[in-house]
Amino acid sequence: MGEVRRVEAPPLPVPPPQGGRGPYGTRRHRVPSPALGRERDRVRAVPHGLLPAIARHALLALGGVVMLAPFVLMVSVSLKPAHEIFAPGFALLPREWHAVQNYSDAFTKVPLARFILNGFIVTFAIFAAQALAALPMAYALAKLRFRGRATLFAFVILGLLIPPQVPAIPLYIGMWQLGLIDTYAGIILPSTISVFGIFLMRQFFRTVPDDLIHAARLDGLSELAIVWRIMLPTAMPALAAFAVLSFVWNWNEFFWPLIVVQSEHLMTPPLGIAFFDNAEAGTNYGPLMAGATAITIPLVLAFLLAQRRFVEGFTMTGIK
Amino acid sequence: MPSGRAGRAQARAEAVAAWLLVAPATLLMWLMLLGPCVAVAVLAATDWQFGAPDFDWIGFGNFSEMAGDRVFWRSLANTVVYVGITVPVSVGLGLGIALLIEAGTSGRAFWRAVYFLPVTATLLAMALVWEFMFHPTVGLVNQAIGLVGLAPRNWLQDPSLALPSLAAIGIWQAVGLNMILFLAGLKAIPRDLYDAAAVDGADSAWEKFRRVTWPMLGPALVFVVAITAIRSFQVFDTVQVLTDGGPEKATSVLLHRMYQEGFAFLRSGYAAALTLVFLAFTVTLTLLQTWLLDRRAHYG
Repeated sequence: MGEVRRVEAPPLPVPPPQGGRGPYGTRRHRVPSPALGRERDRVRAVPHGLLPAIARHALLALGGVVMLAPFVLMVSVSLKPAHEIFAPGFALLPREWHAVQNYSDAFTKVPLARFILNGFIVTFAIFAAQALAALPMAYALAKLRFRGRATLFAFVILGLLIPPQVPAIPLYIGMWQLGLIDTYAGIILPSTISVFGIFLMRQFFRTVPDDLIHAARLDGLSELAIVWRIMLPTAMPALAAFAVLSFVWNWNEFFWPLIVVQSEHLMTPPLGIAFFDNAEAGTNYGPLMAGATAITIPLVLAFLLAQRRFVEGFTMTGIK
Repeated sequence: MPSGRAGRAQARAEAVAAWLLVAPATLLMWLMLLGPCVAVAVLAATDWQFGAPDFDWIGFGNFSEMAGDRVFWRSLANTVVYVGITVPVSVGLGLGIALLIEAGTSGRAFWRAVYFLPVTATLLAMALVWEFMFHPTVGLVNQAIGLVGLAPRNWLQDPSLALPSLAAIGIWQAVGLNMILFLAGLKAIPRDLYDAAAVDGADSAWEKFRRVTWPMLGPALVFVVAITAIRSFQVFDTVQVLTDGGPEKATSVLLHRMYQEGFAFLRSGYAAALTLVFLAFTVTLTLLQTWLLDRRAHYG
């Protein structure tokens, strides 16, 4: 309790006031506040003074500009003709709009629509397989008694430790022996299992009351039926968070597709845009940025529409 | 629990059902993850080249080759430098931003979204945008430093600047996730502690941070550092598309080396040995994190 005891210790010499500097310059808790949630927000909404508030937003805006600059630049360049892109000085909007040419170039010089379609095929197939395999296992690990449960769960934890690139060489050899190099199956199969998904759903299922399961058994439901008809509906929030993570990770995955895909028509979005970059040898930025915009849009749109789910999902990567 | 014969039968039925439910995932887990990891360890003891009809067992031969391989040592050093830049900066910025966002009530959701956006964006597409930002003549970075009178640089082609430039991209992408994790950590701090600290005279924001926020944030900090380090160790995409390990091996990192040996030169045995080194670092980081958190839990 060493750290907490220090809180109760007699006051230490207080350093000179910070003069509003630093991230915490604005923070005051004069009002005794109930601990959690919105209640707290309301209590803290007591005005703190204008200057610190302005400083807070100014600092956040400064960093925010850096965070957003690549996105703004990407869209801006995708609208411009080559001579404006390479002109000295930077203008946000083009003088001469070249959007139609750039975007149609991006979709015709390389099969960009196909890349995006492949992205959806691969991510949906992977998530479906991950959920189908993970949900029953997570339920068994959380709620059923059987010999070997502890060992099995230890293997899941062990799996969490392993970076996804480690099994790549043997997987490549295996896929080659099965003739699956350069096929959809070759891209999808290695990702069909997500130990993170199993772990996440298991943690969630442990919070479901046993009575619910007993009642379902008395109603004559089989264990498999319990997974799909009782557990799945209660698990929707956790499954949605996992779906978001799975989609983001697999849409953006580059390492494995780079290894297993050779044909243009099987390329996933990141691979396709890298291929486009190679073909253009870094000279034709307008169409390249149009392509980059096109493959980034699905995720950015999904994020803006379902921000809460994204934040929840990524916060859950912290429960390990 | 029912006892006797009926109880045993029921327990047996439950076990059978359980094994049927775990069978598909367990099979996949061994086929796609754990089995291949065992295979990597076996492969690392051979000199097998992909497609070769036969091979020899060479024990630790690959590792002794590695010990004499200057490119390997360079890659390892580069990886450590990359992690050494990315982790402190992205964790520090992530914490600072989380504190700033929590310090007021207005615009929280907006700022959170702004900083989180890079986490979800396709790194490969954004890497190409960064390549353009680092462009020696028309790049935004050179224009920005030109405003304060600095000379333009060729960021990705200069051996002393290429690795830090890639680290900057890594930081840009990692800050948002760290911020989100710190925000969750901050929310978990009981408000009473601040009130208690205030009673004890910790009135200034700095005192509250030093006495309450910082100690209470310890576990979250350890966790964020560990996952940022593990993720940074896996740096590959930006290296592969922007520098391909160059100039003069200045950005050659562990995973890029493994990719080249395994999939460009097809030296599967040697690449497997490199994979084991990579895995050893990751596992060490995770164990270190667990140990630190456990130690804290004992006293804290």
